[in-house]
Amino acid sequence: MLNGTTAEIKERSALRINPAKTCQPIGAMYASLGIHGCMPHSHGSQGCCAYHRSTLTRHFKDPVIATTSSFTEGSSVFGGSANLNQALENIFTIYKPEIVAVHTTCLSEVIGDDIPTIVKKAAEEGKVPAGCRVIHANTPSFVGSHITGFANMTKAMVNYLSEKTGETKDQINVIPGFVDPSDMREMKRLAGELNVNIVLFPDTSDVLDTPQTGIYEMYPKGGATVEQIASAGDSIATLALGTFASHPAAIALEDKCSVPTALLELPIGVTATDEYIDALRNYAAVEVPASIVQERGRLLDVISDMGQYLFGKRVAVFGDPDHVIALTRFLVELDMKPVYVITGSSGNHFETRVGEILKEQVPDAKIKQNADLFELHQWIKQQGVDLLIGNTHGKYIARAEGNIPFVRFGFPILDRMSHRVFPTVGYQGALRLVDKIIDAFFDKKDREAPEEQVELIQ
Amino acid sequence: MQPMPPSQPEIGILPVREASIVEAGKGAGIACDKHSAAGSVSQRACVFCGSRVVLYPIADALHLVHGPIGCAAYTWDIRGALSSGPQIHRNSFSTDLQEMDVIYGGEKKLYHALTELIDLYKPNAAFVYSTCIVGIIGDDVAAICKRVAAEKGIPVLPVNSEGFRGTKKDGYRAACEAVYKLVGTAPTEGIPPHSINILGDFNLAGETWIIRDYYQRIGVNVVSCITGDARVEDIRRAHGAKLNLVQCSGSMMHLAKVMERDYGIPVKRVSYFGIEDMSAALYETAKFFADDPTIMERAQALVRDEVALIWPQLRAYRAKLQGKKAAIYVGGAFKAFSLVRALKMLGMETAVVGSQTGGAEDYKQLQEMCDPGTIIVDDSNPLELAKFCLQKDVDLFIGGVKERPIAYKMGIGFCDHNHERKEPLAGFIGMLHFAREVYSSVMSPVWQFAPRRAAKLKGAQP
Repeated sequence: MLNGTTAEIKERSALRINPAKTCQPIGAMYASLGIHGCMPHSHGSQGCCAYHRSTLTRHFKDPVIATTSSFTEGSSVFGGSANLNQALENIFTIYKPEIVAVHTTCLSEVIGDDIPTIVKKAAEEGKVPAGCRVIHANTPSFVGSHITGFANMTKAMVNYLSEKTGETKDQINVIPGFVDPSDMREMKRLAGELNVNIVLFPDTSDVLDTPQTGIYEMYPKGGATVEQIASAGDSIATLALGTFASHPAAIALEDKCSVPTALLELPIGVTATDEYIDALRNYAAVEVPASIVQERGRLLDVISDMGQYLFGKRVAVFGDPDHVIALTRFLVELDMKPVYVITGSSGNHFETRVGEILKEQVPDAKIKQNADLFELHQWIKQQGVDLLIGNTHGKYIARAEGNIPFVRFGFPILDRMSHRVFPTVGYQGALRLVDKIIDAFFDKKDREAPEEQVELIQ
Repeated sequence: MQPMPPSQPEIGILPVREASIVEAGKGAGIACDKHSAAGSVSQRACVFCGSRVVLYPIADALHLVHGPIGCAAYTWDIRGALSSGPQIHRNSFSTDLQEMDVIYGGEKKLYHALTELIDLYKPNAAFVYSTCIVGIIGDDVAAICKRVAAEKGIPVLPVNSEGFRGTKKDGYRAACEAVYKLVGTAPTEGIPPHSINILGDFNLAGETWIIRDYYQRIGVNVVSCITGDARVEDIRRAHGAKLNLVQCSGSMMHLAKVMERDYGIPVKRVSYFGIEDMSAALYETAKFFADDPTIMERAQALVRDEVALIWPQLRAYRAKLQGKKAAIYVGGAFKAFSLVRALKMLGMETAVVGSQTGGAEDYKQLQEMCDPGTIIVDDSNPLELAKFCLQKDVDLFIGGVKERPIAYKMGIGFCDHNHERKEPLAGFIGMLHFAREVYSSVMSPVWQFAPRRAAKLKGAQP
């Protein structure tokens, strides 16, 4: 499949081969699913909605609902106002959500549909039942990536729903970023260990990792409620995890409701998790319990046990910017050498921040935003790596280059299941990542090394 | 400990959807061939999707998606359409249109992307898919394709697949039109007299290989498979065949019809799924080539041998599956016919059957072939499907990616009869795979723990 990839790099002026990103609307849809009782609505052609639902279903292996404006040739000429009006009426009549979160697509953006005006008209016509809400985000597919879409929809939650009543609540907001439900669950568990009340939004745990019950629930029990997101305006502080996916919403909340913000990175690895715990501890004025100190200690113990196998290993990392930044930081903590670090999304912060992280250990690392897997593969062909970390699409590169040990991380993961249930954030998540990296190394050695070099004890 | 089963909340039906749901044994015709109601959680996709899935398996061609990144990202290597040779089709190529391209047009970018790709991969043809936005900004894709074709000396074919221009079916048509531009462009010398084209099989899990082998064994030559494991050169000679055999008629009938019109090649509609339909396909073909009676003799022998091979195991599965109920929700209605028949052969009853793109005639036939009371539905959604499954208390759901987790949540077995099938389900051996898959899912021990099922099992005990 990748036979056509050459080590020789020719400048491509206009071509994307094997992308490391996808488009905004799927990010908006994923964020919307993290509101309790929410119907995500895709304002565009039917295919967009179907593709996003299929892709999310393949990653989460859980039912994903969303509605579509089902654009036709007519809508593309006369605008999609009638479609959205009709859609809102149908959605509230039959699917009875508490809230509808509308996102746009390339088509409706180019046509220039003005969502607030259309929604206002529908509301005036009585198509939005009392007590129900409609929010929206503009998510043109030709700008940014799925992470931008996630950020935009999360910001829309703040802009539409968060309120300041003047009475500060004993709670801290956490904006988790485009992470898995297992990660969100872990962020909540850690806060629970610290005895800190948090409002996590969006929150897809118990929405996209639901148990088997024998029934199909369109709106599972999880998700941040509209009331919780509204109350975010009264919280003590906001922790925004990830520059690209979470900071915009936190900044909007600070602007709108004057809630102080800690702009953090995803809590992947030792230091980043320390920062998360520390921020919670400081804002809530609590003590870190022994249980968390012990968790951290177990992680450090495992890292020291395995240190000799991690030291100096050359790693290629690709994926979404917040994930890759945080993981790069962790790899450096593990004494590994991230030599190639790319994201498909655009944003100078990525290159600046990764450069800063790698300045000492890997000064000659190749770091690139707006890159694709074809290019990463070319770099690997020029000089190999010991480990590849990224989403499922990386497995073909790993195969093509003699089965490079490969650890699945990020979105989408279409061929394994553990990301659904085990986190990569927090000390537990870091333990899991070390486990996966070590397994990848040792499995390869056990399978491929000459018999005399296969060792019983490692 | 057995937890109390939670009760299913009541599920309504959109009033505009009522006409698209009927029962077998009742007179009413079904409303279909319509655009989905705005605001429904439709399981359908778009024009682009239709074109992309049909052309995707042409393995030595480039498939360049002209538009923002999403359309290329979501159709990247998602279909298990196997190739015995080149794997270029499994990469994702996109012009990744940005804001400036939307304002100033994407033609220049398309031109460069195409020429760069062709230089890099040296394909035998290139398909350029137009996405929604291209239809709006008005790029002259055809002109660029023509220019690049002249410069590079390979066919470069525009696919008019803007997402909003109709339904998935219209995408099939656009794909047929693009592929038809290849047909008739290479000499047909040397093609034996008893030759066919296999249309509408996509070599999922290697199914085309099985079918092709059957035809060759009965003495029928296969000129081209469109598009399972297809090669550009074979398609260019497809007009040299004497007969077009069309499976998945929704996607390929248009191509067959234009080939009939322009080259006088007759068309037969077949299915390779299930013993009855697979045998019928071989016999129909043998009858068509009646000038050589040995073809029929070989077909009869092949059916006898292949059935003898699988029959004992099928009977064993049937004994276990007797009386179990199934729901079917698939893309095309013709596949649903085959599934109803195949389930019957396993002793199972079809309680719910629907499709994304069936026509009025298809649904009439479904009404006739299903038992009275069977629910028949066009362009359904998860809520409706969940409602029908529980109402009929089915043991098995046959569908695609979006339906699988819904079935599992309800404690119902599942079989993917779409892109994500992992074993070939076509041909005689495919029927055995199907039976095994159905058996393994329906009889899985996990369902005894599913609260709704557990309660039922408990209730059944004396």
